[in-house]
Amino acid sequence: MKTIYVMWIRQLKRYLRSRARIIGSLGQPILFLIALGFGFGPIYQKAGGGDYIQFLAPGIIAMSILFTATFTGIEVIWDRQFGFLKEILVAPVSRMKIMIGRTLGGATVAVMQGIIVMLISLIAGFRPNSTYTIPLAILFMALIATLFTAIGTAIASLLEDMHGFQLIVNFFIMPVFFLSGALFPFDGLPKGIALIAKVNPLAYGVDGLRASFIGASHFGIGLDLIVLGSVVAVFLAIGAYLFSKIQI
Amino acid sequence: MGKIIEVKGLCKSFDGIKAVNDVSFSVTKGEIFAFLGPNGAGKSTTIKMLTTLLKPDSGKIVMNSFNPASEPNLVRKSFGIVFQDPSIDDELTAMENMEYHGIMYSIQKKTRRARTEELLRMVELWDRKDDLVKHFSGGMKRRLEIARGLLHHPKILFLDEPTTGLDPQTRNHIWEHIKKLNKKERITVFFTTHYMEEAEQVANNLAVIDHGKIVAKGTADGLKRKTKSGSLEKAFIKLTGRDIRAEEAKPIDNLRMRARVWRR
Ligand SMILES: Nc1ncnc2c1ncn2[C@@H]1O[C@H](COP(=O)(O)OP(=O)(O)OP(=O)(O)O)[C@@H](O)[C@H]1O
Ligand SMILES: [Mg+2]
Repeated sequence: MKTIYVMWIRQLKRYLRSRARIIGSLGQPILFLIALGFGFGPIYQKAGGGDYIQFLAPGIIAMSILFTATFTGIEVIWDRQFGFLKEILVAPVSRMKIMIGRTLGGATVAVMQGIIVMLISLIAGFRPNSTYTIPLAILFMALIATLFTAIGTAIASLLEDMHGFQLIVNFFIMPVFFLSGALFPFDGLPKGIALIAKVNPLAYGVDGLRASFIGASHFGIGLDLIVLGSVVAVFLAIGAYLFSKIQI
Repeated sequence: MGKIIEVKGLCKSFDGIKAVNDVSFSVTKGEIFAFLGPNGAGKSTTIKMLTTLLKPDSGKIVMNSFNPASEPNLVRKSFGIVFQDPSIDDELTAMENMEYHGIMYSIQKKTRRARTEELLRMVELWDRKDDLVKHFSGGMKRRLEIARGLLHHPKILFLDEPTTGLDPQTRNHIWEHIKKLNKKERITVFFTTHYMEEAEQVANNLAVIDHGKIVAKGTADGLKRKTKSGSLEKAFIKLTGRDIRAEEAKPIDNLRMRARVWRR
């Protein structure tokens, strides 16, 4: 328990101390909200979709969580190369607990980031149906955050250095994001893309967020919860296993 | 006298290259033991196997009467370590680094705080305890790492090139502390260094490793006599040859380079 706490608080402190990083990582979601929100808004409306910002905001919140979470997971490589990982790995505690604590810390950071983006999108004109369902939205944020921190950790446990980083961004994060329904609705998509979207866990996260915020859902909120919950469990297990196998 | 570290027939290969090849030695409880060898000889790799970070391909290790393979956590409680590369979290304060270490080693809060103060005063960092480590100089970071490694009262202290890159003042200072601790708390010290005078001055016993194999063991005087050399440095060169070691760069080496460039 104490190990989990130490790893969690460490992530949090590192995040809160790097103001430049917090502000820097808000740039992208803000840009997306403005450029896409105002850029595609009129077309979306003309096509009968309604207010695009309502549709887009949950997707952008999910996006910021996806990025922050995956990156904090991948930071394991950073710890490995700048040494702190060695200090943790020689400590007389279970690596499973280290991984869980670290992941929860990363996930907390990502949720905080998600909440900040939510507040920003409120300024940009996003209006959730009711405040009562916001805790539900935060639950979905937490699930997305935990999932991608765990995936980031799993990937990082397999890599020796940062060289693979660009690869991960281009061949993992970007496709996961663009094929999650964050930017466009799934209805009427070609079969291939619809299928890929269906096996993309982020799609269920985005859908769950939309369901909680604006009451519109593609898969149904129950299915969203079940799918996300199980994928989180699977990747926590994989991440913990790979992390416990790290040798230096 | 009792042996606190015993190693027999230790082997480890990386991609078919034998980094550690049939290494055997032992360290007596309470002594200061120097593990010497040219770059790439296999010193750090041996330390990693002793400290549960790396699995040996074959061979037997006993650390403080425990087996790293089957009782890793008992072994981990027995030693403190200062790695060759920095291993403190730069984004945390000195105090936080100590606290988190203490918590992970399940030291009660009262003991932890008292011991932290004692150690930070010893390495003269108590005044800077609430500063972020990233603002520390290389010597201060090293001293903090030593203090952290001692926090849980280890039986053995591993120091992998603790003084590399430090000025003579800081080096002397660090060795004073370590010698004092070795006397006062009967901590066994296992260290590596490329400074032969240092090894000659502080080590009770030493072993020389080259290309993964132990080439000599004994006291500094013993090695000098055996090689008919006037200094340990000359003895070392006779034992390991004059050629410079061409080594393939590992990711960590690139990083050391980059870390230097970025002054992280
Ligand atoms: N993770 C690794 N993968 C591949 N090769 C490795 C790895 N770690 C060490 N080696 C190789 O094993 C050999 C021994 O390395 P080691 O780090 O133990 O040397 P060392 O004696 O500590 O040297 P130095 O004085 O430079 O620190 C070297 O040839 C090194 O390149
Ligand atoms: Mg070394």
